[in-house]
Amino acid sequence: MADVILKLEGIKKSFSGVHALKGVDLEIKKGEIHCLAGENGSGKSTLIKIISGVHDATEGNVYVEGKKIEHITPIDAINYGVQVIYQDFAVFPNMTVAENIAMNRALMTGAKRMNWKEARKIAIEAMEQVGANIDPDILVERLSVANKQLVAISRAIINDAKVLILDEPTTALTDKEVKKLNIILRKLKEKGIAIVIVNHKLDEIYEIADYLTILRNGESVAHGPISEFNRATFIKYLTGKDISEEKYQPKESKEEVLRVEHYTRKGSFEDVSFTLYKGDVLGITGLLGSGRGEIADALFGITPAESGKVYLHGKEVHIKSIDDAIHHKIGYVPEDRLTQGLFLDLSIQENTVAASISKYMRKGKVNTAIMQSDTMEWIRKIGCVASSPKAKIRTLSGGNAQKMVIAKWLNAEPEILILNGPTVGVDVGAKADIHKILHNLAEQGVGIIIISDEANEIVKNCNKIIVMKNGRISNRLKSLDTDETKLTSLVNGEWGEGV
Amino acid sequence: MNNKLKTILTTNEMIVIYIIAGLSILIGCVNSAFIGVPTLISLSRSMLVTLIFAIAEMIVIVSGGIDVSFPAVACISLYATIKTMLALNIDSPVFAYLMAALIGTGFGLINAILIAKVKILPLIATLGVSSAVSGWTLAFLGTKEISNIPEKVDKLSQLFLFTYTSGNGIKYSLTILAIIPVVICIGAHIILKHTMLGRGVYAIGGDSNAARIAGFNVTKIQFITYMTSGCLAGIGGITYMILMRQASPQVLMGSEMMVIAAVVIGGTRITGGHGSVFGTFLGVCLITLVQNNLIMLGIPAHFQTFVVGLIIVIGTAITSIRAKKIANSAKI
Repeated sequence: MADVILKLEGIKKSFSGVHALKGVDLEIKKGEIHCLAGENGSGKSTLIKIISGVHDATEGNVYVEGKKIEHITPIDAINYGVQVIYQDFAVFPNMTVAENIAMNRALMTGAKRMNWKEARKIAIEAMEQVGANIDPDILVERLSVANKQLVAISRAIINDAKVLILDEPTTALTDKEVKKLNIILRKLKEKGIAIVIVNHKLDEIYEIADYLTILRNGESVAHGPISEFNRATFIKYLTGKDISEEKYQPKESKEEVLRVEHYTRKGSFEDVSFTLYKGDVLGITGLLGSGRGEIADALFGITPAESGKVYLHGKEVHIKSIDDAIHHKIGYVPEDRLTQGLFLDLSIQENTVAASISKYMRKGKVNTAIMQSDTMEWIRKIGCVASSPKAKIRTLSGGNAQKMVIAKWLNAEPEILILNGPTVGVDVGAKADIHKILHNLAEQGVGIIIISDEANEIVKNCNKIIVMKNGRISNRLKSLDTDETKLTSLVNGEWGEGV
Repeated sequence: MNNKLKTILTTNEMIVIYIIAGLSILIGCVNSAFIGVPTLISLSRSMLVTLIFAIAEMIVIVSGGIDVSFPAVACISLYATIKTMLALNIDSPVFAYLMAALIGTGFGLINAILIAKVKILPLIATLGVSSAVSGWTLAFLGTKEISNIPEKVDKLSQLFLFTYTSGNGIKYSLTILAIIPVVICIGAHIILKHTMLGRGVYAIGGDSNAARIAGFNVTKIQFITYMTSGCLAGIGGITYMILMRQASPQVLMGSEMMVIAAVVIGGTRITGGHGSVFGTFLGVCLITLVQNNLIMLGIPAHFQTFVVGLIIVIGTAITSIRAKKIANSAKI
């Protein structure tokens, strides 16, 4: 028991009547990597904010190394050795790496002077401990996401951190960077630092975690060593429902929906051909820059193809602009929904009708009554958790926002729907909902193309798979003939798994 | 090493130095009278008040805000001070500076409350304060120009650090008031660069949320920033009055654009987080040079406004393009 660094007992927290946490217990031991899993809205973030002193618990006790702590403030938490690395890292882009790393120490000791030499020394030491190799004199705004994270980690450990909490540390990282991060986290674990990772990506959790606590609706529904969970039980605890891990298989059909022939845009992709029959869900995967996203951009007319032919239901169409694409009823769910797919400060309703506004024109006037009833219908059909059609999109969680991007296109009654990374940053439950919607659409005859770098998502949800490499199709597969591991190695090609 | 030299040679400060050098050479070629101590002295005299305001503005912009109220605050500070002194028959330079600084700090406090507590956008808050203050000055303090400055205060304008006599016997003297911006510059540099308070100003300008999480008292830093700005506006106002040997309630109005332009040309990013005292000094030099000496190139007066505008646009464009380039460049 001496190894328990942080213990939470019956933590409850309510925000103006809403119970975010309904009595959560948590035990973090020295030198363990503890994963805190839960869907959006399960209370993970609230729990972390209580540990880090941002929020006060309504009820319950917090113990640090066996000592009961009352009313933690953020500074207290840091003094007890609890460090949180937030999703945006909370680094200063306008300052050098050295200053960023040394800043917290200086603030903690209440220093009045800024000692640049000392700061540089502290920073280099901290980076050595973490295994980071970044020029300490460079401005942080020039760093990649992965390196910014290293700066944040280096900054956290110089204050004798005992517990390091990382809030969704891998969302913006590439596979390679995730592997590098894992190496660093294991190194810190060997030093006896307890690491808490908030994550909801199953594969990554299995890769790194020793111990798992699963939150659902503000309660901890399961905890134990990671070995006690298999994928199915994990997902069941996470979502509270059984989500099939089966592969999607449509009924055979000879009814052609979309045919693309020798599609080419020099420098992006070349000689791409494929056919979608009724019910097909096509997955396009490949490394970043392989041309996977560019094909979608071309089909939606953002950067049109230079040559090649596109047939919709057997009839040739020309797509030279976004207008053309919309005219031919092609919908596109972009990769970055926040900046490209949604008007964050407008209501759900306004977003839902954004791609189909002409439907609501009656005698030169916009009919808001029908708009509202349509929006309500979509919210219900697509399973979006929202208080009302008037709520701003910004207030929705990632999964719900993504559902509304899809609803926006569905409201425009598309014949082809292209989705680029449809479930990035979406939790497991909402992910399953989205996939189910897509499969239903495919069966109704809508051509679905999913572009993703998540092998699991592609294998499970697409019956046909295209692997892109250097702008060309390198492999064509049926999902029944492959699995995640095989697909991953095909995608990575001769570079292999590495590390 | 080569790389480091390259970075130094392409900093914002260096670019401004190149422009100043280029412009000086150009003016010097056309009119040889430009090169020499007299120009230096007259430039110093013209830029000293602007420099005081610019340092204040730079600090505010670095913190992520903006203050357009300083001309109005400077005006009320100098006008209220001189009126009080005349009414109560006080004749002390120390009192003049103290009172002006205090009035300025008070209006800085009002700005700070509006911005940090009431959470009004800095531009709107200071714009409102500027208008209110300026109107109040005219309505309640009067509109008359005052030229009977008390004797001891007035004498400051006749004290010189040194006097240069040119070949043809004309005397050029550098006013003792030039010490004030020098002290302010050195003080500002030390505080901004070498104290945690100063780093806090950069921190809240870089990312105020991150600053809060790190443990900076964001509200307190904002208060200090705007109050400093007000205080410096007061000092700048009274300095201007002594230099001009008269007090007028509107005289500095409209100077905010030039000052902000000088600050931004000096490499301070209008979005906050970046800026230095040295850069600001150079920016003020450049703007003053253009305002004062363009006439030597034979450019008519009304063209000067055009050229100043051009320099502002080009200067800020360079900074903005560089910032964009950094944002888009390959990350390390």
